[in-house]
Amino acid sequence: MALRATHRDAGSVTVVDLSGRITLGDGSALLRKTIRGLLADERKNILLNLADVDYIDSSGIGELVSGFTAVKNQGGDLKLLQLTKKVRDLLQITKLYTVFDVYTDEKAALGGFS
Amino acid sequence: MASGDKHLEITLETQVESVNLAEEMCLRVAEAAGFGEDDCYRIGMSVREGVINAFHYGNQERPEKKIHLALDITSEKLIIHVLDEGTGFILADVPDPLAEENLLSTSGRGIFLMRAFMDEFDVVQGRTGGAEIVMSKKLPGPGENSENGKGGE
Repeated sequence: MALRATHRDAGSVTVVDLSGRITLGDGSALLRKTIRGLLADERKNILLNLADVDYIDSSGIGELVSGFTAVKNQGGDLKLLQLTKKVRDLLQITKLYTVFDVYTDEKAALGGFS
Repeated sequence: MASGDKHLEITLETQVESVNLAEEMCLRVAEAAGFGEDDCYRIGMSVREGVINAFHYGNQERPEKKIHLALDITSEKLIIHVLDEGTGFILADVPDPLAEENLLSTSGRGIFLMRAFMDEFDVVQGRTGGAEIVMSKKLPGPGENSENGKGGE
Protein backbone atom coordinates (compact mmCIF):
# COMPACT_ATOMS: atom_id res chain seq x y z
CA MET A 1 0.00 0.00 0.00
CA ALA A 2 1.34 3.41 -0.95
CA LEU A 3 2.33 5.68 1.91
CA ARG A 4 -0.12 8.36 2.98
CA ALA A 5 0.77 11.25 5.26
CA THR A 6 -1.41 13.84 6.97
CA HIS A 7 -0.39 16.22 9.69
CA ARG A 8 -2.04 18.11 12.50
CA ASP A 9 -0.79 20.61 15.03
CA ALA A 10 -0.74 19.89 18.76
CA GLY A 11 0.63 23.07 20.29
CA SER A 12 4.25 23.47 19.27
CA VAL A 13 4.36 19.89 17.99
CA THR A 14 3.24 18.66 14.58
CA VAL A 15 1.90 15.14 14.57
CA VAL A 16 2.38 13.36 11.25
CA ASP A 17 0.02 10.41 10.81
CA LEU A 18 1.53 7.94 8.36
CA SER A 19 -0.10 4.86 6.87
CA GLY A 20 1.20 2.30 4.38
CA ARG A 21 4.74 1.29 3.48
CA ILE A 22 7.87 3.42 3.76
CA THR A 23 9.98 1.90 1.02
CA LEU A 24 12.31 2.83 -1.82
CA GLY A 25 10.59 5.24 -4.19
CA ASP A 26 7.37 7.10 -3.47
CA GLY A 27 7.12 6.13 0.22
CA SER A 28 10.56 7.37 1.17
CA ALA A 29 10.14 10.43 -1.05
CA LEU A 30 6.84 11.39 0.59
CA LEU A 31 8.32 11.08 4.08
CA ARG A 32 11.25 13.24 3.03
CA LYS A 33 9.00 15.86 1.43
CA THR A 34 6.72 15.96 4.48
CA ILE A 35 9.53 16.48 6.98
CA ARG A 36 11.38 19.00 4.81
CA GLY A 37 8.10 20.88 4.26
CA LEU A 38 7.44 21.12 7.98
CA LEU A 39 10.98 22.37 8.61
CA ALA A 40 10.52 25.00 5.89
CA ASP A 41 7.40 26.15 7.76
CA GLU A 42 9.42 26.39 10.99
CA ARG A 43 7.61 23.35 12.45
CA LYS A 44 10.64 21.82 14.12
CA ASN A 45 9.03 19.54 16.70
CA ILE A 46 7.73 16.53 14.83
CA LEU A 47 6.02 13.40 16.12
CA LEU A 48 5.75 10.64 13.52
CA ASN A 49 2.78 8.40 14.22
CA LEU A 50 3.69 5.02 12.71
CA ALA A 51 0.70 3.08 14.04
CA ASP A 52 -0.47 2.27 10.51
CA VAL A 53 2.95 1.73 8.96
CA ASP A 54 3.30 -2.02 8.61
CA TYR A 55 6.43 -2.19 6.49
CA ILE A 56 9.72 -0.31 6.21
CA ASP A 57 12.74 -1.30 4.14
CA SER A 58 16.34 -0.06 4.39
CA SER A 59 15.47 2.96 2.24
CA GLY A 60 12.65 3.88 4.63
CA ILE A 61 14.93 3.41 7.62
CA GLY A 62 17.46 5.69 5.94
CA GLU A 63 14.79 8.32 5.40
CA LEU A 64 13.76 8.17 9.06
CA VAL A 65 17.39 8.72 10.05
CA SER A 66 17.80 11.51 7.48
CA GLY A 67 14.69 13.26 8.80
CA PHE A 68 15.85 12.86 12.39
CA THR A 69 19.23 14.39 11.56
CA ALA A 70 17.70 17.25 9.53
CA VAL A 71 15.33 18.15 12.37
CA LYS A 72 18.09 17.98 15.00
CA ASN A 73 20.36 20.14 12.84
CA GLN A 74 17.70 22.84 12.85
CA GLY A 75 17.35 22.73 16.63
CA GLY A 76 14.16 20.70 16.63
CA ASP A 77 13.20 17.22 17.73
CA LEU A 78 11.71 14.21 15.98
CA LYS A 79 10.10 11.39 17.95
CA LEU A 80 8.25 8.23 17.01
CA LEU A 81 4.83 7.06 18.16
CA GLN A 82 3.14 3.64 18.18
CA LEU A 83 5.46 1.38 16.26
CA THR A 84 4.03 -1.80 14.77
CA LYS A 85 5.83 -5.00 15.72
CA LYS A 86 7.65 -5.31 12.40
CA VAL A 87 8.90 -1.71 12.53
CA ARG A 88 9.90 -1.98 16.19
CA ASP A 89 11.82 -5.20 15.50
CA LEU A 90 13.64 -3.57 12.57
CA LEU A 91 14.64 -0.57 14.67
CA GLN A 92 15.82 -2.91 17.42
CA ILE A 93 18.03 -5.10 15.25
CA THR A 94 19.52 -2.02 13.56
CA LYS A 95 20.13 -0.47 17.01
CA LEU A 96 18.10 2.61 16.04
CA TYR A 97 15.60 1.96 18.80
CA THR A 98 18.16 3.51 21.14
CA VAL A 99 18.60 6.55 18.86
CA PHE A 100 14.95 7.56 18.53
CA ASP A 101 12.63 8.51 21.37
CA VAL A 102 9.79 6.04 20.95
CA TYR A 103 6.39 6.33 22.65
CA THR A 104 3.27 4.22 22.77
CA ASP A 105 1.03 7.03 24.06
CA GLU A 106 0.48 10.27 22.16
CA LYS A 107 -0.07 12.41 25.25
CA ALA A 108 3.18 11.16 26.77
CA ALA A 109 4.97 11.74 23.49
CA LEU A 110 3.74 15.32 23.25
CA GLY A 111 4.89 15.87 26.83
CA GLY A 112 8.33 14.61 25.86
CA PHE A 113 9.05 17.66 23.71
CA SER A 114 10.79 20.46 25.55
CA MET B 1 20.09 -30.04 -10.21
CA ALA B 2 18.36 -33.03 -8.63
CA SER B 3 15.04 -34.25 -9.99
CA GLY B 4 12.23 -32.46 -8.22
CA ASP B 5 14.27 -29.31 -7.77
CA LYS B 6 12.69 -26.23 -9.23
CA HIS B 7 14.37 -23.29 -10.93
CA LEU B 8 12.94 -19.92 -11.83
CA GLU B 9 14.82 -17.07 -13.45
CA ILE B 10 13.79 -13.55 -14.41
CA THR B 11 15.60 -10.53 -15.82
CA LEU B 12 14.53 -7.20 -14.39
CA GLU B 13 14.95 -3.66 -15.58
CA THR B 14 17.05 -1.31 -13.46
CA GLN B 15 14.13 0.67 -12.11
CA VAL B 16 12.35 1.12 -8.77
CA GLU B 17 9.35 -0.94 -9.89
CA SER B 18 11.59 -4.00 -10.21
CA VAL B 19 12.09 -4.00 -6.44
CA ASN B 20 8.37 -4.48 -5.76
CA LEU B 21 8.02 -6.97 -8.61
CA ALA B 22 10.88 -9.13 -7.31
CA GLU B 23 9.53 -9.03 -3.76
CA GLU B 24 6.01 -10.01 -4.84
CA MET B 25 7.25 -12.82 -7.05
CA CYS B 26 9.47 -14.29 -4.33
CA LEU B 27 6.70 -13.99 -1.75
CA ARG B 28 4.45 -16.13 -3.95
CA VAL B 29 7.19 -18.71 -4.42
CA ALA B 30 7.94 -18.77 -0.68
CA GLU B 31 4.26 -19.19 0.19
CA ALA B 32 3.93 -22.00 -2.35
CA ALA B 33 7.03 -23.65 -0.88
CA GLY B 34 5.32 -23.78 2.51
CA PHE B 35 7.03 -20.99 4.42
CA GLY B 36 4.96 -19.37 7.16
CA GLU B 37 4.00 -15.71 7.30
CA ASP B 38 7.04 -14.55 9.29
CA ASP B 39 9.55 -16.34 7.08
CA CYS B 40 7.79 -15.04 3.97
CA TYR B 41 8.21 -11.52 5.35
CA ARG B 42 11.93 -12.15 5.92
CA ILE B 43 12.42 -13.69 2.48
CA GLY B 44 10.48 -10.87 0.80
CA MET B 45 12.47 -8.22 2.64
CA SER B 46 15.77 -9.93 1.76
CA VAL B 47 14.89 -10.11 -1.92
CA ARG B 48 13.80 -6.50 -1.79
CA GLU B 49 17.13 -5.48 -0.24
CA GLY B 50 19.10 -7.59 -2.72
CA VAL B 51 17.39 -5.96 -5.69
CA ILE B 52 17.76 -2.47 -4.15
CA ASN B 53 21.47 -3.22 -3.80
CA ALA B 54 21.68 -4.27 -7.46
CA PHE B 55 19.59 -1.29 -8.61
CA HIS B 56 21.43 1.36 -6.65
CA TYR B 57 24.97 0.21 -5.88
CA GLY B 58 25.58 -2.44 -8.55
CA ASN B 59 23.95 -0.95 -11.63
CA GLN B 60 24.24 2.65 -10.38
CA GLU B 61 20.58 3.16 -11.45
CA ARG B 62 21.66 2.95 -15.10
CA PRO B 63 18.65 1.80 -17.17
CA GLU B 64 20.71 -0.02 -19.82
CA LYS B 65 21.88 -2.51 -17.20
CA LYS B 66 19.81 -5.48 -16.02
CA ILE B 67 19.18 -7.24 -12.74
CA HIS B 68 19.08 -11.03 -12.85
CA LEU B 69 17.03 -12.83 -10.22
CA ALA B 70 17.04 -16.61 -9.89
CA LEU B 71 15.29 -18.89 -7.41
CA ASP B 72 16.07 -22.54 -6.74
CA ILE B 73 13.94 -24.75 -4.57
CA THR B 74 15.70 -27.94 -3.55
CA SER B 75 14.48 -30.59 -1.16
CA GLU B 76 16.16 -28.65 1.65
CA LYS B 77 16.04 -24.95 0.96
CA LEU B 78 15.04 -21.95 -1.09
CA ILE B 79 18.10 -20.39 -2.70
CA ILE B 80 17.95 -16.87 -4.12
CA HIS B 81 20.49 -15.30 -6.47
CA VAL B 82 20.51 -11.57 -7.28
CA LEU B 83 23.06 -10.60 -9.91
CA ASP B 84 23.85 -7.10 -11.11
CA GLU B 85 25.94 -5.78 -14.01
CA GLY B 86 28.19 -3.56 -11.95
CA THR B 87 31.80 -4.05 -10.96
CA GLY B 88 31.24 -6.14 -7.84
CA PHE B 89 32.23 -5.50 -4.26
CA ILE B 90 34.00 -7.17 -1.38
CA LEU B 91 31.63 -8.15 1.39
CA ALA B 92 34.27 -7.57 4.06
CA ASP B 93 34.58 -3.94 2.91
CA VAL B 94 30.95 -3.12 3.69
CA PRO B 95 30.81 -0.91 6.81
CA ASP B 96 29.07 -2.32 9.88
CA PRO B 97 25.80 -0.36 10.25
CA LEU B 98 25.73 -1.20 13.96
CA ALA B 99 29.04 0.55 14.66
CA GLU B 100 28.55 3.69 16.71
CA GLU B 101 29.93 5.92 13.96
CA ASN B 102 27.52 4.45 11.38
CA LEU B 103 24.30 4.43 13.40
CA LEU B 104 23.11 7.69 11.86
CA SER B 105 24.13 6.76 8.34
CA THR B 106 21.24 7.09 5.90
CA SER B 107 22.28 3.98 3.95
CA GLY B 108 24.16 0.71 4.26
CA ARG B 109 21.67 -1.49 6.13
CA GLY B 110 20.54 -3.72 3.25
CA ILE B 111 23.33 -6.28 3.53
CA PHE B 112 22.86 -6.39 7.28
CA LEU B 113 19.13 -7.10 6.94
CA MET B 114 19.68 -9.88 4.40
CA ARG B 115 22.23 -11.48 6.70
CA ALA B 116 19.87 -11.19 9.65
CA PHE B 117 16.83 -12.57 7.87
CA MET B 118 18.28 -15.45 5.85
CA ASP B 119 20.01 -18.65 7.02
CA GLU B 120 22.92 -18.34 4.60
CA PHE B 121 24.25 -15.26 2.84
CA ASP B 122 27.24 -14.58 0.63
CA VAL B 123 28.37 -12.28 -2.18
CA VAL B 124 30.42 -13.72 -5.04
CA GLN B 125 31.57 -12.46 -8.41
CA GLY B 126 28.84 -13.20 -10.93
CA ARG B 127 29.08 -14.26 -14.57
CA THR B 128 28.55 -10.64 -15.69
CA GLY B 129 31.47 -9.48 -13.56
CA GLY B 130 29.06 -7.83 -11.17
CA ALA B 131 28.14 -8.87 -7.67
CA GLU B 132 26.01 -11.94 -7.15
CA ILE B 133 24.17 -12.17 -3.87
CA VAL B 134 23.44 -15.76 -2.90
CA MET B 135 21.18 -16.37 0.06
CA SER B 136 19.06 -19.22 1.26
CA LYS B 137 16.50 -20.27 3.81
CA LYS B 138 15.85 -23.79 4.95
CA LEU B 139 12.44 -25.11 3.97
CA PRO B 140 10.06 -25.65 6.88
CA GLY B 141 9.65 -29.27 7.89
CA PRO B 142 6.26 -30.95 8.04
CA GLY B 143 4.13 -29.11 10.60
CA GLU B 144 6.97 -26.76 11.40
CA ASN B 145 5.94 -23.25 12.40
CA SER B 146 7.98 -20.39 10.98
CA GLU B 147 7.42 -18.40 14.19
CA ASN B 148 10.55 -20.18 15.41
CA GLY B 149 12.61 -19.07 12.42
CA LYS B 150 15.64 -16.83 12.52
CA GLY B 151 15.07 -13.10 12.27
CA GLY B 152 13.43 -10.06 13.75
CA GLU B 153 9.83 -11.20 14.25
